[in-house]
Amino acid sequence: MPNGVNKGAVTAFWGKVKVDEVGAESLGRLLVVYPWTQRFFESFGDLSTAEAVFGNAKVKAHGKKVLDSFSEGLNHLDDLKGAFASLSELHCDKLHVDPENFKLLGNVLVVVLARHFGKEFTPELQAEFQKVVTGVANALAHRYH
Amino acid sequence: MVHFTPEEKAAVASLWVKVNVEVVGGESLARLLIVYPWTQRFFDSFGNLYSESAIMGNPKVKAHGRKVLNSFGNAIKHMDDLKGTFADLSELHCDKLHVDPENVRLLGNMILIVLASHFSKEFTPQMQAAWQKLTNAVASALAHKYH
Repeated sequence: MPNGVNKGAVTAFWGKVKVDEVGAESLGRLLVVYPWTQRFFESFGDLSTAEAVFGNAKVKAHGKKVLDSFSEGLNHLDDLKGAFASLSELHCDKLHVDPENFKLLGNVLVVVLARHFGKEFTPELQAEFQKVVTGVANALAHRYH
Repeated sequence: MVHFTPEEKAAVASLWVKVNVEVVGGESLARLLIVYPWTQRFFDSFGNLYSESAIMGNPKVKAHGRKVLNSFGNAIKHMDDLKGTFADLSELHCDKLHVDPENVRLLGNMILIVLASHFSKEFTPQMQAAWQKLTNAVASALAHKYH
């Protein structure tokens, strides 16, 4: 488990998060801020501008899927490596995603939470979430070979 | 060398005029010290850093945060020559302060989070992209004279 994560604070805050919206926005921002990540989504159609990315239905759907998975991970903070084992193998063997990109997505998620919640996203909450996103990124990289 | 488009420069400048350097600088440094506690080792002389509220309220943290963010303000005026602009600060951070350049990158990420938190509407994806590019470029420039 990520070192000393305050599970109560994390899950209480997560209850306020609109997972669909935050998921779509996080994936969208990843694709705009780190454009090379678009290479994993060639089948999504037009990603050529920020407007195209944010209007793209496949980006929205996939963002929601990714964040649903992250949400589920929050129920398994004691065993993230176990919880993400199959997804880790998938991202290595089938999707060929450089694990560095999981860290980037985690950082984008933290920025999106700060944007949506302002002052409410206190430094303490930021510290907890940073541990969680790092833990999830590591868990997703764990089965890589 | 990092090249900023006219749109990126305009985006950065348009947000910068709204930034309260003391507030954003102080909060960014405080968040760095809270989220990445090992960074506190560089600030032994700052006194009480024993809790999040102590850090957020610490006047030396606020003052130093302002100083650091003013330096970013200088970067914004010299986006075409960040390495030159930060040459002396780079030598200082290497030779005197012994700061791992990775920590400068982390501070840059804190600035983005604080900007997102304070400027929710203005912090569009394009704005985030421009600022991420700037903070990464400043971190590189600060590492440039390390040996």
